Amino acid sequence: MKFILKRLLTMLLTIWVITTLTFVIMHTIPGDPFSSDSDVLPEEVLNNMRAKFNLDKPLPVQYVLYLKNLASFDLGPSIESETRSVNTLIAEGLPVSALLGFQALVIAIVSGLLLGIIASLFHNRTIDYAAMTIAILGISVPSFILAPLLIKFFAVQWGMLPVASWGTWKHTILPSVALAAGPLAIIARFTRSSMLEVLKQNYMKTADAKGLGAAGIVIKHGIRNAIIPVVSFMGPLVAHLLTGTFVIEKIFAIPGLGKYFVDSIFNRDYPVILGTTIFFSVILIVTLFLIDLSYRLIDPRIKLSSRGD
Amino acid sequence: MAQLLEVEQLKVSFRSHGGEVQAVRGVSFDIGHGEVLAVVGESGCGKSVTAQAIMKLLPKRGCNIKEGSIHFEGKDLLKMSGKEMKQLKGSQISMVFQDPMTSLNPTMKIGTQISEGIIKHKGLDKTQAKAKALELLKLAGIPNPESRYNQYPHELSGGMRQRVLIAIALACDPKLLIADEPTTALDVTIQAQILDLMKDLQHKFGTSIMLITHDLGVVAEMAQKVIVMYAGIVVESGTVADILERPKHPYTIGLLNSLPNYEDGEKERLIPIEGTPPDLYDPPTGCPFAARCEYAMEICVEELPKAFTVNDGHYSRCWLNDPRAPQVAEFAAAGRDES
Repeated sequence: MKFILKRLLTMLLTIWVITTLTFVIMHTIPGDPFSSDSDVLPEEVLNNMRAKFNLDKPLPVQYVLYLKNLASFDLGPSIESETRSVNTLIAEGLPVSALLGFQALVIAIVSGLLLGIIASLFHNRTIDYAAMTIAILGISVPSFILAPLLIKFFAVQWGMLPVASWGTWKHTILPSVALAAGPLAIIARFTRSSMLEVLKQNYMKTADAKGLGAAGIVIKHGIRNAIIPVVSFMGPLVAHLLTGTFVIEKIFAIPGLGKYFVDSIFNRDYPVILGTTIFFSVILIVTLFLIDLSYRLIDPRIKLSSRGD
Repeated sequence: MAQLLEVEQLKVSFRSHGGEVQAVRGVSFDIGHGEVLAVVGESGCGKSVTAQAIMKLLPKRGCNIKEGSIHFEGKDLLKMSGKEMKQLKGSQISMVFQDPMTSLNPTMKIGTQISEGIIKHKGLDKTQAKAKALELLKLAGIPNPESRYNQYPHELSGGMRQRVLIAIALACDPKLLIADEPTTALDVTIQAQILDLMKDLQHKFGTSIMLITHDLGVVAEMAQKVIVMYAGIVVESGTVADILERPKHPYTIGLLNSLPNYEDGEKERLIPIEGTPPDLYDPPTGCPFAARCEYAMEICVEELPKAFTVNDGHYSRCWLNDPRAPQVAEFAAAGRDES
């Protein structure tokens, strides 16, 4: 309990540091949300608009105002889209991105683990080499190449799935697969190497000497011991996938969160930059926390302590 | 077939980058019902490989059982299918390993680790298996079995873990227990406790034990018969009295001489066996011990001696036992019995 309380406090502190850093860095980028309009609009109009978003106030004042709003979970208005607040943007985009991300996560974890385990069981044989070739391809082929390829074959040539956009569940299949490929490959490699390590352990021999079946030995004694490195990798992965990715959402024309991360920077849309960054950080920090908790469940030797975090 | 286990001319080799390692080069021995056989020899002499060959625990790839047979209750284990072997492993033949610290699954409760074998072989349900596991823990001398049952290996000391491993091995009342240096990784007081426990359980259940060790003290304590292995072959075999008191192989004599003698109370220099065992990539054609043997003759380098019968049940693979060989005074004086 003490551990959890302490962790929550640290998490809040981390969020505050991230907010402050982002705020400072963001304002050091030259230009402001209206600098591209300065040629066409008269000076007075620009000033009025800056005043509307409090941009005419000194930075420390803006910072305090922002923190105040943040404390009541208000991420402010989006400057670019006049009618919607950052909260609405996230509320609209998140379900889409999260669904895609969740599906990709399931695909990546299930097939990555399977591929890795099979590869380790057939160490240095054809199946192993085949599995690792898939893994290398998954890591090295970027998603902006894989996605068009998937569209070309599954949508255009074979007509099995829709080309792009968002609607039915069928629309989610190709982007989920494209999103899963990279993480799948990494998980497969992690699993393989840690499983190879586990297969050499004495307790696997003990299990064998009990006369258990080969599958039973791997499932009951192998996986749980091999999974820790894989789980450590899961933290950043979950956060990335759930909050959407720019490239895949762009290619498949999906109304997710991903595009705001990138667009907001070009538009100097200060509230959106801050909002998306903070939102991503919160998701990441919470996932990392959950993963730390799960270590304890996976390996009883790991003790949670409030020291040294 | 009167014997429980009969190993005939077992040859095991490993493929590796440097070539083929002939780890076991024709080993024969047998173990009777309720008998304790000690297998003695230094590291790398093929003791563990022999044991793992019996249990079929050797890696499937790169390892080759080239020749020989292993009969258990008359059936050849080497000809058995994987499925039949799984039935036998853990129920008829079981094994205790050398290192208790790493031989238990760190992420599984010890209770589960004991009962899973029982569930598999005895067809009991979980509650019955738990009752049996608790009984085994008690038998293995573990206090508070109820609370230990739900603990993980890291919560137990090395000696406790070895007791758990013994409980696992004895879970299905095996006829043969293979103990591969069960006390090597433990400190001396715990060693004695574990040996006592094994002796105790052996008396109780009449289990036959194949005890692999390089501790001759353990041999004297536990075994009835001994085989001495060197460089993948059995160099001498016989009863405990034959081997410890009337050894007829210079290697056995060397082993005995390298033991500290506590009885006389006076300081005495240990006599080591100089040199190292031969390379098993390319084992010598003659006696593998010839290069380190102070009695080596010409023939020793040229031809591997057969097993000479010293007397009934006592065999020595040394040319000195040939009637034509010179009589070596040490043979009469060997061991500690004359002092």
